Amino acid sequence: MKVIYKKPESITDNTTIYCPGCGHGIVHKIIAEVIDQLDIREKTISIAPVGCAVLSYNYFNFDVTEAAHGRCPAVATAIKRVYPDRIVFTYQGDGDLAAIGTAEIIHCAARGENITVIFINNAVYGMTKGQMAPTTLPGQKTTTTPYGRDTSYHGYPIRMCELLSTLAGPSYIERTTIENVPEIIKTKRAIQKAFTYQVENKGFSFVEVLSTCPTNWKMTPSEAMKWVGDTMKNYFIPGVYKDKYNKGET
Amino acid sequence: MDTGCKGELEKKMKKLLLNGCEAAGEGAISAGCKFYAGYPITPQNRFPEYMSYRLPEEGGIFIQSESEISAINMVFGASAAGVRAMTSSSSPGISLKQEGISYLAGCELPAVIINMNRGGPGLGDVTPSQSDYFQATRGGGHGDYRTIVLAPYSVQEIYDFTYLAFDLADKYRNPVLILADGIIAQVMESVNLKPKKKKLPEKKWALTGCKGRKPNSIKSLFLTPGVLETHNWKLARKYERIEKKEIRYEQYFSDDAELGIVSYGTCARIVLESLKKARKNGIKASLFRPITLWPFPYRQLSDFIKSVKKILVIEMNLGQMLDDVKISNTSNKRIFFYGRPGGGVPTPEEIFKEIKKI
Repeated sequence: MKVIYKKPESITDNTTIYCPGCGHGIVHKIIAEVIDQLDIREKTISIAPVGCAVLSYNYFNFDVTEAAHGRCPAVATAIKRVYPDRIVFTYQGDGDLAAIGTAEIIHCAARGENITVIFINNAVYGMTKGQMAPTTLPGQKTTTTPYGRDTSYHGYPIRMCELLSTLAGPSYIERTTIENVPEIIKTKRAIQKAFTYQVENKGFSFVEVLSTCPTNWKMTPSEAMKWVGDTMKNYFIPGVYKDKYNKGET
Repeated sequence: MDTGCKGELEKKMKKLLLNGCEAAGEGAISAGCKFYAGYPITPQNRFPEYMSYRLPEEGGIFIQSESEISAINMVFGASAAGVRAMTSSSSPGISLKQEGISYLAGCELPAVIINMNRGGPGLGDVTPSQSDYFQATRGGGHGDYRTIVLAPYSVQEIYDFTYLAFDLADKYRNPVLILADGIIAQVMESVNLKPKKKKLPEKKWALTGCKGRKPNSIKSLFLTPGVLETHNWKLARKYERIEKKEIRYEQYFSDDAELGIVSYGTCARIVLESLKKARKNGIKASLFRPITLWPFPYRQLSDFIKSVKKILVIEMNLGQMLDDVKISNTSNKRIFFYGRPGGGVPTPEEIFKEIKKI
């Protein structure tokens, strides 16, 4: 019998605890497929964040650790410096990367560490049940902005791709979404490129994925996918923000 | 006696004039340390400066991190990768590192952390102090855990203890703290160097990529009910083993003493000077110096207290080790305390006056 489809070797048989319609499953699978395709599973080390995706260490079938909230880039820096020939990546949410870990991500990027960062932006703190995130949109209701995010009171969301692309350190920065199949395919292409850059020692690569949190957004999975495309994407514009090795691309 | 191997010994052993930061750095390098991350803070700035060129010379990695928090998390990463890793700082910086130390303890990762204690609380001052005793010996960060704490009283000892700290950290898979202060950090003394350690323990648990084995995971999150409790009982048994095997202390002039002084680190060194004077003046005083502040030598100190009539505890703080001395005071002797907080350093004469008062 010919095998036409199988689970990536880089994913374990464990059942995930993610909610229906959550974007983590999609992005985990993309990462696992890319790592299989690049044949780097046996030399990959990943660092899980604090938040729902901390449990990614149960789902990835390679060496894993977890970092304190926001500290993944510091942990990754050291592992990569110790083993420059291993593939090291962090998987971080918006609270982890763009709030409590802002210093770590900025300086890791500024140093141009040869690691890959997968940044899941779902505009909300997921695991703690839906508080305002550094990427919560103006007007968006969360459990700590019950009347909607008022920028005059709560400040503005942070656009990480734009911010990091001002630095000389990073090699590749792209923002993608998972709102539909064509965009998921684009996301896979971006993640593949990010890991390929690391394999080729091209330096710091960063992919921000606009993702879903239907539970905390109080939406159905399909409404959540639509919200990413109709609303989130208008504030966080997808595209390549930096590519040191392909300057013509936008 | 001529052993016939003098030339060999000279090749293996060197004597250098170093300050405490440099000595600790050399101790780390002799012990096979391959990774240092740190952030500038007085009075230990010489430490990152020294490691920035010495460690790369020895094939190691030096990173000046963006923060104390980042430094300790880099140590976490390097330790998870299986190499000997360390950081250093001074009191306010050590407060910031507590998050990472708690994670290291929870993940059972070895690491060496040096605190050149300065005056606190808050930004305090940059003068020598022993005000971080509670923080060092009671865990410091969140959660039920212990760190081994070594307190050197000379530049030679900070070299020796840093070397030892890496072995203890690996043996027990636990962070080890060295609690020194601004004096030890900055004073220069001659130091006998050990030959560089060649064989380091194998670490099958380290993250190196899963080629030829099942994936390793290093974590401190245990959400399933009961699993964390089991993990913490396992840690407790480890701490019991450390308490049984790793207690270190020294006693001076203890044969005939009537007054027993308890002091550690720099303060004990000053006490020792005062004791010489006291002895000349016919005062029968002795010194008990805990070297491991955790595990604390409770039983040994209890025996020491039994052998004297009165106890004087001397610390450069408001009385922190004093609590441990009280726990050891099973024979109910009267305890006096002389403390100098906020960066105050007693002179041998001032201590001698205190001894005379009792």
